[in-house]
Amino acid sequence: MAEKTCDLFDCGHRACGGCGAALAARLVTKAAGKESIFVSSTGCMEVFSTPYPETAWKVPWIHSLFENAAAVASGIEAALKKQGRKEKIVIMAGDGATFDIGMICISGAFERGHDFTYICYDNEAYMNTGIQRSGATPYDASTTTSPAGKCSFGNKRPKKDMPAILAAHGAPYVATTSIAYPADLLKKVETAINTPGPCYVQVHAPCCTGWGFEGEQTIAIAKLAIETGLWVNYEMIDGKVTKVKKVVRKPVEEYLKTQKRFRHLFKPTRQDAEIAAIQAIADKNAEKFGIDIKIPPKKE
Amino acid sequence: MMEITEGSHAIAEAVRLCRPQVISAYPITPQTHIVEALADFVANCQLDAEYITVENELSALSACVGASAAGSRTYSATTSQGLMLMAEVVFNAAGMRLPIIMSIANRALGAPLSIWNDMQDSISLRDAGWLQFYAEDNQEATDLHLLAFKVAEDPAIQLPAFVCFDGFILSHTYEPVDMLTQEDVDKYLPKFNPSERLDAADPISFGMYATPEYYLEFRYEMDQAQKRAKDVIAKAGKEFGAMFGRDYSALIEGYRLEDAETAIVAMGSICGTVKDAIDEMRADGKKVGLLKIRVFRPFPSEEIAKMLSHVKRVAVLDKNISLGAKGATVLEVRDAMYGSPIPVKGYVLGLGGRDVRKRDIKEIVALSEKGPDDQFYGLRKELI
Repeated sequence: MAEKTCDLFDCGHRACGGCGAALAARLVTKAAGKESIFVSSTGCMEVFSTPYPETAWKVPWIHSLFENAAAVASGIEAALKKQGRKEKIVIMAGDGATFDIGMICISGAFERGHDFTYICYDNEAYMNTGIQRSGATPYDASTTTSPAGKCSFGNKRPKKDMPAILAAHGAPYVATTSIAYPADLLKKVETAINTPGPCYVQVHAPCCTGWGFEGEQTIAIAKLAIETGLWVNYEMIDGKVTKVKKVVRKPVEEYLKTQKRFRHLFKPTRQDAEIAAIQAIADKNAEKFGIDIKIPPKKE
Repeated sequence: MMEITEGSHAIAEAVRLCRPQVISAYPITPQTHIVEALADFVANCQLDAEYITVENELSALSACVGASAAGSRTYSATTSQGLMLMAEVVFNAAGMRLPIIMSIANRALGAPLSIWNDMQDSISLRDAGWLQFYAEDNQEATDLHLLAFKVAEDPAIQLPAFVCFDGFILSHTYEPVDMLTQEDVDKYLPKFNPSERLDAADPISFGMYATPEYYLEFRYEMDQAQKRAKDVIAKAGKEFGAMFGRDYSALIEGYRLEDAETAIVAMGSICGTVKDAIDEMRADGKKVGLLKIRVFRPFPSEEIAKMLSHVKRVAVLDKNISLGAKGATVLEVRDAMYGSPIPVKGYVLGLGGRDVRKRDIKEIVALSEKGPDDQFYGLRKELI
């Protein structure tokens, strides 16, 4: 059988079928190209892509710890500068590594202004350790550490606004994107990589195992997140929102009911107040970013 | 050329001459004078390095991991709480076989908070896989940095190294130090040229995860590299001696030990006090000698057993304590002497900066002659 190769992030890795993060890795390496060095945090992607002695990375790659990818990248950047080398540095870290445990390292590295691109593949919980909540877990999602129960609807807090935090650090380019829109993702990663200074791209990457849906639904669910306004694709240049993907919005229910992590909102009884609270989050997103496409009423 | 200079400045100058390309550090007492001096060198174009002013020690060493993996000679410095904050990275850097050199201005650990000297910080990380050098005075503290770079970067070793010296006692003390020139150091220390690095032209993966089928052999290889380091230190130390007149080929050194009945075993600046006390005891007809441990990792077990084979008793001084057990040095010396009838007694002393004077050394020698065994020395009974 002829050897089959798949891009710079090679096939044969151990991710689940339908893994959003693996798709993100394929697209990000494609955008970054061969002249790049990748830094990973501990997490699902690191584990499923590098079981010694195998690696899925056909670009130079380093993983040190869970929380320190931004600091490791800072050191690589300094070394390349001193050696007169021009490779681009790309961090690939999950939401737990980014929103929570790596926050200090990230803040320090962005404040210092190193030239790297930080990609957060956001699957909205600690999936590697078995679906525990992170600062990126959405409101009311049931995880193993924020389980829905007789007196709980799951995660009690909305997602941390990580893009705004990094924009406030003076990051020249901050963007959100989704694996459901590959052209948008490629363009944003390329822009980030070609913008000097620390840039941040947050990629919505549904996790079939953690969210509870069949692997073939990954793209459809990622699209629904955008179409309901629960995820917004936008760009921020020097702290100002410049481009936003507009949609004809659907009710959040259409997104929620596709995933087991929100099942408690519908069964055994429908929780109207909670669904309304999530709808309010989407409405707030829509207002803040102006995502609604207004359809003029048809003339009689 | 001899100069009277502060320990920290002498060390910073030695580091400068080693031409690190990336320095990453976070200020902490009593390490600060070193990193301030290095920042000053960079600011005045006396050192062509990237100096990363990180937000904490965990990032300090993490940046070193990245820089070293990218193929640059890399340096940091810390102590005490800072070393504990970076502990996770300390193990990681060794596991990735990155020859980072880090100065440790030894200081006690809180609580209670103490900025003063003992060796609890670096000793607590003895299992991390780093080579550990301990200096008696500022000349040695300075020279050991050159030796550390040379040994750590040797292709047969590829392990990081701590160069430890007592905080304040050495770091803030002015002593005459023979300062080497750039020409000298360039002759001694070749350019850093690792066989593997992060490079788009030859992509490899660093820091993969290992299943139980592979992990044990990684640790074995690290232990083998530690053991090989004994010979590499001997060679590099001898070369240093041939070039600059100070021979560091031995991992341990004896002082008036040949005919000694009582051997004191110690590390760091306390060795100077011990030597003075020994001279006075010798003048009184007491046969006492010192075995100084310069290299704690790799631990020179066989060398120690051999050097102590003729004495009647051994008194080990530990500026650290593995609480609930003993001082780290006495445990290792006793292990080295396993099977020997010579009694080995341990004395935990000087923690948190408590002074150790010549009369304390004499008292410990007297105690060792009659027992009791392992103990804290110098406790203020009224506080207990």
